[in-house]
Amino acid sequence: MPSLGSQMIEARLIQWLVKPGDTVKRGDIIGEIDTEKGLIDIEVFEDGVVTELVSEEGEVIPVGSVMAVIDGEDEGEKAKAKLASPPEEPEKKEPRKKREKAATPPEQPETASREVPLHRVKASPLARRVAEDLQVDLSKVKGSGAEGTIHKKDVEAFAKQKAADETFEKELDMAEHLSAAGTGGMRQAIAAAMSRSNREIPHYYLETEIDMKVPLDWLNEQNKERAVSDRLLPPMLLIKAVANVLTELPALNGFWTDEAMHVEEGIHIGFAIALRQGGLVIPAILNADLKSLEETRSAFVDMVMRAREGHLRSREISSATITVTSLGERGADKVYGVIYPPQVALVGFGKIAKRPQTVDGAIGIRPTLSVVLAGDHRASDGHTGSRFLEKLNEQLQHPEAL
Amino acid sequence: MNKAAQQHMTYRQAVREAMREAMQKDDRVFLMGEDVGRYGGCFNVSEGMLQEFGEDRVVDTPLSESGFTGCGIGAAAAGMRPIVEIMTVNFSLLAADQIINTAAVLYYMSGGQFNVPVVIRMATGGGKQLAAQHSRSLENWYAHIPGLKILTPATVEDARGMLWPALEDPDPVLIFENSTLYNYEDAYSGNGHTVDISTARVRRAGSDVSILTYGIGLHKSLKAAEQLSKQGIEAEVVDLRVLRPLDNETVFASVRKTHRAVIVDEGWKSGGISAELSARITESLFYDLDCPVERVCGAEVPAPYARHLEQASLPQPQQIIETIQKMGGIHG
Repeated sequence: MPSLGSQMIEARLIQWLVKPGDTVKRGDIIGEIDTEKGLIDIEVFEDGVVTELVSEEGEVIPVGSVMAVIDGEDEGEKAKAKLASPPEEPEKKEPRKKREKAATPPEQPETASREVPLHRVKASPLARRVAEDLQVDLSKVKGSGAEGTIHKKDVEAFAKQKAADETFEKELDMAEHLSAAGTGGMRQAIAAAMSRSNREIPHYYLETEIDMKVPLDWLNEQNKERAVSDRLLPPMLLIKAVANVLTELPALNGFWTDEAMHVEEGIHIGFAIALRQGGLVIPAILNADLKSLEETRSAFVDMVMRAREGHLRSREISSATITVTSLGERGADKVYGVIYPPQVALVGFGKIAKRPQTVDGAIGIRPTLSVVLAGDHRASDGHTGSRFLEKLNEQLQHPEAL
Repeated sequence: MNKAAQQHMTYRQAVREAMREAMQKDDRVFLMGEDVGRYGGCFNVSEGMLQEFGEDRVVDTPLSESGFTGCGIGAAAAGMRPIVEIMTVNFSLLAADQIINTAAVLYYMSGGQFNVPVVIRMATGGGKQLAAQHSRSLENWYAHIPGLKILTPATVEDARGMLWPALEDPDPVLIFENSTLYNYEDAYSGNGHTVDISTARVRRAGSDVSILTYGIGLHKSLKAAEQLSKQGIEAEVVDLRVLRPLDNETVFASVRKTHRAVIVDEGWKSGGISAELSARITESLFYDLDCPVERVCGAEVPAPYARHLEQASLPQPQQIIETIQKMGGIHG
C-alpha cells in the first residue's frame, strides 16, 4: 500500500485492474483505492509480471503492507513459464521471493540491510541519557553540533516533533473512525492537516496586486486561434509562472521535516480543486518547471477532469512541493491560505477583476489580481517571499516567455 | 542593609585590615617577611603596621625564603599564630621544601604531636610586565599537596574575611593574592565578619554554562558572562575560592544544572587545577554533560615581557566568550 502523504495510514482496496499473469509496465494503473482523499488509482513503479494478488478487494490495508507480488523483468520470463506450466516441481518450495514488489517504491535489497553501518552516532552523554528517558532512537536524530554531534536540545526537539506527529496520527485515527461511521473522512483529513499547520507553522503573509492587462491580452490573442476546449486559462498561466519563479527561489519549494528545510529538486505544483460533493483535493502538476505552457495546460485539464471523476494517481496527490489555490472568477478578492504541511509555502490567487489602478501617473481601470504568499517562517523569511512576488509579476508581464 | 554602614575598600586595605584585626584580637599573631616592616610591604599591604604593632610583631626578615618560612613553621608548631608573607609565589619555590616537606606533613610525621597553624600569604599571577621569572601562577602546584589548604580570595569580602578562619585552622593555610587585584575596590559592609574557607560560591547565576574560576579569572569571567547575556547565553560563574580541598558539591550542582563547564585559570593546563576539575567532572557527571569540558588557561610558554604578548598569553574575556559560543548544543 503506497503512502499518499505523511498523514495516511491505511486505505481500502476497491478493485484490482490486473490479474496474476498480467505483464505490467512502470506507470500502469493496477488498481483503485479509497482514501480520505477520495478514489485514487494505484500506479506501478516496476516492469514485470503479476504473480500474486495478496490483498482482496474491499480490504482495508495499512500503508507499507504488501498488496501484490510482481516478478521483476529479469524474472518475468521465468515466471511466465512457471505460470504456463503449474504442475512443474510442485513440492519444491520456492525460496522466499527475492524481489517482492507492490506499488510501493522499491525497498532496500536484503543484502544492504545486513551491512551494519560502521559510523557510530555521535551524541553527548547527556543527550544519550535524555534519549533513553524519552525513548528516542538516536540514529534518527539529526545533530546540530560539530560533525553532526547530537546534543540534548536535538533529542528534545525530536521528541517534541514525534509527539506532535503522534497527536496528528491520533487525530487521523479518529478521522478514520468518523469516516467509517460515515461522517466524512475527507473533512476530517482536512481538519487534521489544517490543525497541524496552524499548530506548528509560523505563517507569514505577503501580498501584492498584479496588473493583469498584459497577460490577459496575450491570452485572448492566443485563444482566438484555439478551439474552445483548447483554450488557455489564467490559472494555467499562474501555475507555470509560479513554477518558473521557484527555479530561482528553491527555499519555497520543499518540505520542513525533522526541524530542517529540505529543498526538493522537482517542482510539483499542487493546486486545490474543490469537489462538487464538498471537500477538496490537491493534485500536483509534476515537474511543472520543465513543462511548456501547452503541456501545463493539458496536464491541468486532464487533472481537473480526473479529480472530479476520482481517478487521480497516487503520485499526483502525494508529491506536491508547494500549493497554489485560487477561488476562481466568483471567488474572494484575496486568499490568505493555510500551508499544507510539510510544505513551506502556499500561493493564494484572488479573483481577477477590474479595479482602479495607477497607470502612467493617472487612474486607470485595469484587470488586477491579488496574490498572497503564505510562507513558513521557519523555512524562509519575508525577503525571500518578497522576491517571489516580484519575480512572479515579472513572469506574468512577459507571458510569451512562459 | 544599613546604607550608612556601607563603605568602599580596596583589596589591599581589606588584607591589611584583616591582619590588623587578627593582631589586635590575638597576641600570638605576628607578621614576618621581606620588607613587611619599614618598607610597608612590597605591595604596600602592611603599611603602617610596624608603627602600630612594633618590631616584635612586624618582623623584617633577611632575603631567605627557606629560612624565614621555616621560622614561621617552627613558631606555629611551638604555639604561635604567624602570618608569613612571601613576596610572590615565584620566590616561594625557595621555601617549597619547608612548605611541602615540613609544614604539610609535620602533624602526620610527628604522630599528631605537632600541628602547624601557620598562614603563608603570597602574591601570585602575571599581567604586570614582570617577565617570566616573576609572573607565575603556581597555586596549582601547592593545590597538589595533601596537608595544605589553598585559599584564593578574589573579592574584597574574601580578602577581608578569610584570614581569621585561616589563622584558626590547626593546619597550614596558604593564601594566594593575585597582585593585579590589590587596587581592586568594592563596596564592603561586612564589618569584619569572617567567611568560610571551605566552599565555592556562585557569583552569578546562569542556566546555560558553568564557568569555574578563581582569583583574577573571576573578574574576567564575570565580564564575559555579561557580554554573553546580551547574546542570550546565561553563564553561571562559580568562584572556587578554595583550591584545596575543592568544593565538589557546589561545582557539581552548577554543572548538573547547566550541563556545560568551562574552566578559566591563568595557570597552565598541564597538570593544573583545570585538569583536576575537568577530571572530576567527567568522573562524576559524565552523563550530565552535553558537550566536552572546555578550558581557557594561560598559554604554556614562559610569561612574555612585552605587554601585548603577555596579555595574549593570559585568558581574556573575549577568549572565554568565543569558547562558550562554540560549545555544542548551547542556545542563543
